[in-house]
Amino acid sequence: MLKPVLLFGYGNLSRGDDALGPLLLEYAESHCGLDEVEVLTDFQLQIEHALDLENRRLVLFVDASVACVDAFDFTVLEPARDKSYTTHAMSPAAVLDVYQSIKNQTPPPCFLLSIKAEQFELGDGLSANAETNLVEACSFAGRLLSNPDLGFWLKQANAV
Amino acid sequence: MYEHLETAENRDSLKRVVVDPVSRVEGHGKVTLLLDADNKVQQARLHIVEFRGFERFIQGRPYWELPVLVQRLCGICPVSHHLAAAKAIDQLVGIDPENLPVSADKLRRLLHFGQVLQSHALHFFHLSSPDLLFGFESDISKRSIVAVLSEYPEIGVQGVKLRKYGQEVIRMVSGKRIHGTGAIAGGMNKSLTKAERDYLLEDIDQMITWAEGSVALIKKVHCSNLPYYDDFATIRTNYLGLTKPDGALELYHGGIRAKNEHGETIMDHIDYCKYNDYIHEEVRSWTYMKFPYLLSLGQEQGWYRVGPLARVNNCDYIDTPLAEAARVEFKAHSGEAMVHSTLAFHWTRLIEVLHCAESIKQLLNDPDIMGSDLVAQGEKRYEGVGVIEAPRGTLFHHYQVDENDIVTKANLIVSTTSNNMAMNESVRQVAAEYLSGRELTEPLLNNLEVAIRAYDPCLSCATHAVGKMPLQLELVDAEGNLIDKLVKHSDGQIERNNA
Repeated sequence: MLKPVLLFGYGNLSRGDDALGPLLLEYAESHCGLDEVEVLTDFQLQIEHALDLENRRLVLFVDASVACVDAFDFTVLEPARDKSYTTHAMSPAAVLDVYQSIKNQTPPPCFLLSIKAEQFELGDGLSANAETNLVEACSFAGRLLSNPDLGFWLKQANAV
Repeated sequence: MYEHLETAENRDSLKRVVVDPVSRVEGHGKVTLLLDADNKVQQARLHIVEFRGFERFIQGRPYWELPVLVQRLCGICPVSHHLAAAKAIDQLVGIDPENLPVSADKLRRLLHFGQVLQSHALHFFHLSSPDLLFGFESDISKRSIVAVLSEYPEIGVQGVKLRKYGQEVIRMVSGKRIHGTGAIAGGMNKSLTKAERDYLLEDIDQMITWAEGSVALIKKVHCSNLPYYDDFATIRTNYLGLTKPDGALELYHGGIRAKNEHGETIMDHIDYCKYNDYIHEEVRSWTYMKFPYLLSLGQEQGWYRVGPLARVNNCDYIDTPLAEAARVEFKAHSGEAMVHSTLAFHWTRLIEVLHCAESIKQLLNDPDIMGSDLVAQGEKRYEGVGVIEAPRGTLFHHYQVDENDIVTKANLIVSTTSNNMAMNESVRQVAAEYLSGRELTEPLLNNLEVAIRAYDPCLSCATHAVGKMPLQLELVDAEGNLIDKLVKHSDGQIERNNA
């Protein structure tokens, strides 16, 4: 049976801090109650992931980000066209836009947990700063997953 | 063939234009254009630095880890690396391709057809269809899959679902969407259940119909402006790829065939384990990427193209009926033995999508894919070579192991490396056409991207994290002064910084 909450962390485990998304999933699987939560991972977001949003009550994307100012950032996602058209990967907002286009309906409430990242070399492990950032982000994600309520998540997004 | 690329006279006096994509999305890449005193483009250098470190990543690991580990080299075609590695380590456990259990061979082929289908579908519908449907110089807001979904909803949805179907084939065969462990040394670790087989069969006829439609669409687009499509970034080259023993198109396992620009055979049915006797790789000081060439023709004349255009050009026929009919039409349109149009990569890519969909149906109806004889074992060897036709072209994995089964040496030739020289030349041609004077323009930027994208290079074997600018174009004069600069940000917006 489809679980109402989707936790989708993406990145490459073998490219330094790009592993932050999948590593947060590992934390969630070992520390959080996931009765209502489906865990999904991939190297990067693609058009077909729009179909994974179907019939969800809440969706949490988790990604490494070089644009983060603090250890992590938590934001509400809105559908938006991805203009970087040469890419093989998509932004989460663009995935929502694909969902809207192919389903002719508003996507479920989606949020992005970005974790500050620095280095992405093949074969590298996490940087020291990324390890610290991951700990903080995991603690925050744990609170979200233990209270999978739209109102609570919105309040957190406004507070971060 | 294009020796002027590296032999321009007075190279010290050439001006440099540098295109520098620094986004994690695209991987690190850079295009340098060297201009002569008259501002004519004399050289093109495409740098893709993400390929560095592949061999180092593999060396020191036990061989049985490799089919899973190498998937992390590329987020776009992990299954191709997975299968190339599996073919190489088959030999380490003493199993040659002809001794692989029949069920394992067919399951691997099914997995590979799923991979090529989803990769090509992604490339066409996501990356290329915006260019092809809206025009190469259309407004930036239209250059995305979401614009295609808005204005051509039927085509857009088909693209999403074709891609999804290919992913489902991968999930059913390997057990997971990513990091699957389907192929192991000497075979496969699971077969399909009847329920999994039936699930995939449900939609396959629809996929074939859509694939047929996509071939008709690309033919219509290509032929609607034939002179342009046949000339843009076009180069006359050699072509290399695998074929079956009877010359049919082959994606999983075959002998190496190479033909020249006239369609004459350079070599045929070559055992890929001996690739080192026929293909050498030239190293150049300015790039991490090597330049493979056919030893018999030498560095200047021996470079070649791989990928769908090479495969469809090289093969004698395709062994699925709809794709074969499409191939015949494709070859007939040019009137030449070989089709050299760089934009014809798109057309051939979709012919292969159709071939994959037909082949998936054939395999799903073959009871061997539910067989239980999945693994064979032989005498240990210390060297293995696995070669496969990945979506972007021929992919070589070559390993040596020690007595403890640890990889001591690895050599990979990825498809984008084989197309390295050709991409440089296509970029040079486009730059020569669209760059004039001392000003960088957005049309130049767009057209450079269109030319590079036709090859579908593995720019994204890197990562995807957001926040860095994807493209930087700089004009530097002979004295090293920056005289113009364009930055294309990750949201597609262009910023000009006059020096």
